[in-house]
Amino acid sequence: MNNIKLNKELILSLYETMLKIRLFEKTQERVFKTEQEGFTHVYTGEEAIAAGVCANLNKDDYITSTHRGHGHMIAKGGNMKKMMAELYGRLTGYCKGKSGSLHIADFSIGVLGANGIVGAGIPIATGAGYSIKLRGTSQVVACFFGDGAVTQGTFHEGVNMAAAWNLPVIYVIENNLYMVGTKTERVCKVCKNYAVKAQGYGMPGEDIDGNDVIEVYTATKKAVERARSGKGPALLNCMTYRHSTHFVGDLDVRDKQEIEYWKARDPIKRIEEKMLKEKIITEDKIKSCRDKIQGMVDEAVEFARKSPVPKPEVALEDVFVE
Amino acid sequence: MKTLTYREAVREAMREEMRKNEYIFLMGQDVGPYGGEHRVSGDLHSEFGEWRVKDAPISEQGIIGCALGASITGCRAIAEIPFMDFIMLPMDQICNQIAKYLYTFGGQASVPLVIRTAMGGYIRAAEQHSQCLEAWFIHIPGLKVVIPSTPYDVKGLLKTAIRDNNPVIFVEHKYLYGMKGEIPEEEYTIPLGVADIKKEGNDVSVIATSYMVHKALNVANKLEKEGISVEVVDPRTLVPLDKETILKSVEKTSRAIIVHEAPLRGGIGGEIAAIIADEGFEYLDAPIKRIGAKDAPIPFPSVLEDFILPSEVGIEKTIKELL
Repeated sequence: MNNIKLNKELILSLYETMLKIRLFEKTQERVFKTEQEGFTHVYTGEEAIAAGVCANLNKDDYITSTHRGHGHMIAKGGNMKKMMAELYGRLTGYCKGKSGSLHIADFSIGVLGANGIVGAGIPIATGAGYSIKLRGTSQVVACFFGDGAVTQGTFHEGVNMAAAWNLPVIYVIENNLYMVGTKTERVCKVCKNYAVKAQGYGMPGEDIDGNDVIEVYTATKKAVERARSGKGPALLNCMTYRHSTHFVGDLDVRDKQEIEYWKARDPIKRIEEKMLKEKIITEDKIKSCRDKIQGMVDEAVEFARKSPVPKPEVALEDVFVE
Repeated sequence: MKTLTYREAVREAMREEMRKNEYIFLMGQDVGPYGGEHRVSGDLHSEFGEWRVKDAPISEQGIIGCALGASITGCRAIAEIPFMDFIMLPMDQICNQIAKYLYTFGGQASVPLVIRTAMGGYIRAAEQHSQCLEAWFIHIPGLKVVIPSTPYDVKGLLKTAIRDNNPVIFVEHKYLYGMKGEIPEEEYTIPLGVADIKKEGNDVSVIATSYMVHKALNVANKLEKEGISVEVVDPRTLVPLDKETILKSVEKTSRAIIVHEAPLRGGIGGEIAAIIADEGFEYLDAPIKRIGAKDAPIPFPSVLEDFILPSEVGIEKTIKELL
């Protein structure tokens, strides 16, 4: 665990965000199987990245998200009721129930969309950075994507443009070692120390422990400050591991020992241990915190269950705007 | 009135709109000081500066993705893809992202952007610099498709496209850039979804797009002297499509020929023919005919390219067969 000293309130708030994501996702895994349609990709195991990155962002800063996007939404301040309603395909959901788990967005808090196409969000984030430059604001963009997206052309194109024009974008790789069921190292020579790629584009890059929320927070802070002051983009390669399969219900071909290794490095367990050791929190407080957040998640599920199903005609809305 | 080329009309539309809204920007390869691969952007860089007329790397996915990201965060992007053939590179950004952004997120974010691109052959540019791909985009819900044939139309339609809150695929034609036409001194716009009767006639309706409008007009003028009255209808926009004007013309003439430069198979002609068959069958005195490129890639030497692409001789022959 990183030894950098952060104040107690900040650590507690990072912990709370991670816990929100974890309990939302554990609940989602359960209710998905019996109560929802389609597919869902959960973020369990990777919570430190969304929490650590987004704690550095203001409400009007932007993020682009991925197919595994629930964690990003929660960390950016998304409404769990509207999220869960979307997962249930209900009219009260973020997208009127049209798009489900893959495509949650909340433009009012700068979430420019989760995306079903791997790597597609990268040039979109670059464009949001361009817009910031053109409009002359001090906003920044955090662009989340996985190790599997780095082999896409959009990575090369989007990152190069941001570097060429000093755009305020932080590219955050959630490096969980796998594409769907295949290890990225089977198809990519440089895939663990992506920071070296940043150098090739002329921007700073850092390989960090993505399961250490304090390290993620600290590295992002530096990148965000740099971006806000007009010095351009940065790349953060956050090593992590997803506890779940690619999507809920998918075949798990991963090595059991590998899974155990990473579960022992669970980001939430680690921050809890640190907080207990440093007496930032007590066992009782952890329990009450978990109970409180589980209550919020349960309320979100209830809200979704009671929400109206869209009328079929809703499928024809929003193709064009006036 | 003043006389401008099609190229100048495009530039003037951008200039006028960019003067009105400081968050409109043009991005593309070579659009800056160089003035554009087809010399369309010209001096815009010197008027609007680095951030509003932006030279992009040769990264079509990057350019179009960047245009999208900027357009959902308070700007209006005009992205230039100088040859429509290159639009295949950013197809994910156009069809999976841009076209669906409004819909996917339940109406939260509109995408006010224009992708300007230049299609077309007859310039001996071979297989990868000559194609007409407009039909691909009418198949994707969420995109508007504009395909102007004259300097007057291109200016008025581009101004409307830039102001539209939806994404517009704006298809110019390379062969038309040098064509001159009359343009009013005062400001004007042309609404999307309104076809234009380029020449009135009574015997046959020729529904033609882009450069083919001019070929159809040449044939119509020639046949007029032979006593054949051809009506030339230019839809101008394919999405939205002005069905009413097309059907009204067919009702008058009882005969319909659709001419486009893209390959016949899967072209816009099939869609328009189907609309006439569905909604105007009783007007028809003859089968609906379609004219398009032969179903082969576009070779470069004139002897081969002219054989593949539609010709005035071919249009004339089809009209005479139908009468």
